[in-house]
Amino acid sequence: MYAQMITSEATQDDPEKLTTFQARIDSGEKIEPKDWMPEGYRKTLIRQIGQHAHSEIVGQLPEGNWITRAPTLERKAILLAKVQDEAGHGLYLYGAAETLGVSRDELTEMLLDGRMKYSSIFNYPTLTWADMGAVGLLVDGAAIMNQVPLQRTSYGPYSRAMIRICKEESFHQRQGYHIMMKMAQGTTAQKKMAQDALNRFWYPSLMMFGPSDKDSVHSAQSMAWKIKMNTNDELRQKFVDQTVPQAEFLGLTVPDKTLRWNEDKGGYDFAEPDWSEFFDVIKGNGPCNTERLAARNKAWDDGAWVRDGLMAHAAKKRAAKLAAE
Amino acid sequence: MSQEWPLWEVFIRGQHGLNHRHVGSLHAADAEMALKNARDVYTRRNEGVSIWVVEAAHITASSPSDKGPLYEPSESKVYRHPTFFDIPDDAGHM
Repeated sequence: MYAQMITSEATQDDPEKLTTFQARIDSGEKIEPKDWMPEGYRKTLIRQIGQHAHSEIVGQLPEGNWITRAPTLERKAILLAKVQDEAGHGLYLYGAAETLGVSRDELTEMLLDGRMKYSSIFNYPTLTWADMGAVGLLVDGAAIMNQVPLQRTSYGPYSRAMIRICKEESFHQRQGYHIMMKMAQGTTAQKKMAQDALNRFWYPSLMMFGPSDKDSVHSAQSMAWKIKMNTNDELRQKFVDQTVPQAEFLGLTVPDKTLRWNEDKGGYDFAEPDWSEFFDVIKGNGPCNTERLAARNKAWDDGAWVRDGLMAHAAKKRAAKLAAE
Repeated sequence: MSQEWPLWEVFIRGQHGLNHRHVGSLHAADAEMALKNARDVYTRRNEGVSIWVVEAAHITASSPSDKGPLYEPSESKVYRHPTFFDIPDDAGHM
């Protein structure tokens, strides 16, 4: 889940309009950009889609870290394609957010000055090549859990962006699993690396779904509006149930001694992550928060002359064309 | 903040001879760059054989509140559909 802790914005609209709006959503109609929508719906969506987009963009950094050091030319080409996809996913989502009346540059600036967040997961470092495998298996696996149901979200442009993203995302997860498979079947040292990567990314991946439902008081409105399709705990459970057998197949162990199959509920019982760590990372104190935001700020500042130069060039060409007519 | 690149809407025609279809939007300084960006953002998996880009500001869209008056005239003209006409089976395939 790339959007965490999205608080639904309060809405003070005409109750009659609100009722009609809710009825449209309940009957499965899509809401489109020019339709009337409650102020809270619009604002909550900007926050959620924006955060999702920022996560895709910042999410390029931990993987970009390994492009120049991929073990083979083929792995390098694949990783490059994956990171390029993340940029594309960010752009689809920014495009969807912009239909709600916020501009791309405004969204970028809100990320850069910390007014908007990105997923906590990208504040963890990628220390070894096996981390590329763990990111695909766990981080992309967790993202897919959240993104598949969001294809049915009530806001048309968001839903369409999610459909495109989901089509491309399964390549990401499978390439990660493939890396893990190679490492797990490799030398003892390689297998150890794979296990170490899984150990480090397990709990941060569980945190991607956001706090436990009992502490997540803001989701009722978002669920009624169908911009949140499942509760945090539902998705986390689904993720654990899917991922544990995948790890076992590789001969790797999930770093949770309390993990047990629970026949009654038809799912695993598992340990919650350390929520104090989660809140600390969200607040900006994760291992890589400073580095990630610094990298995005540098890219934005260093690119300013290019953005301005291309605008000037376009204006000049337009003027020359007019003069020639 | 410097001036933001304009927004372009992207339309792509796939392999099988269908119409260009709206796929999304992007920002670019001019049309040439919009085409190149559209190639990178929207056709990474062979989605198309032809791209149109249109600056979003040039698109005029109908308003949702016009839905009633705009489409009502066609609702009352059921005879525009072939199923309106009851033709005996004996008349042969039609």
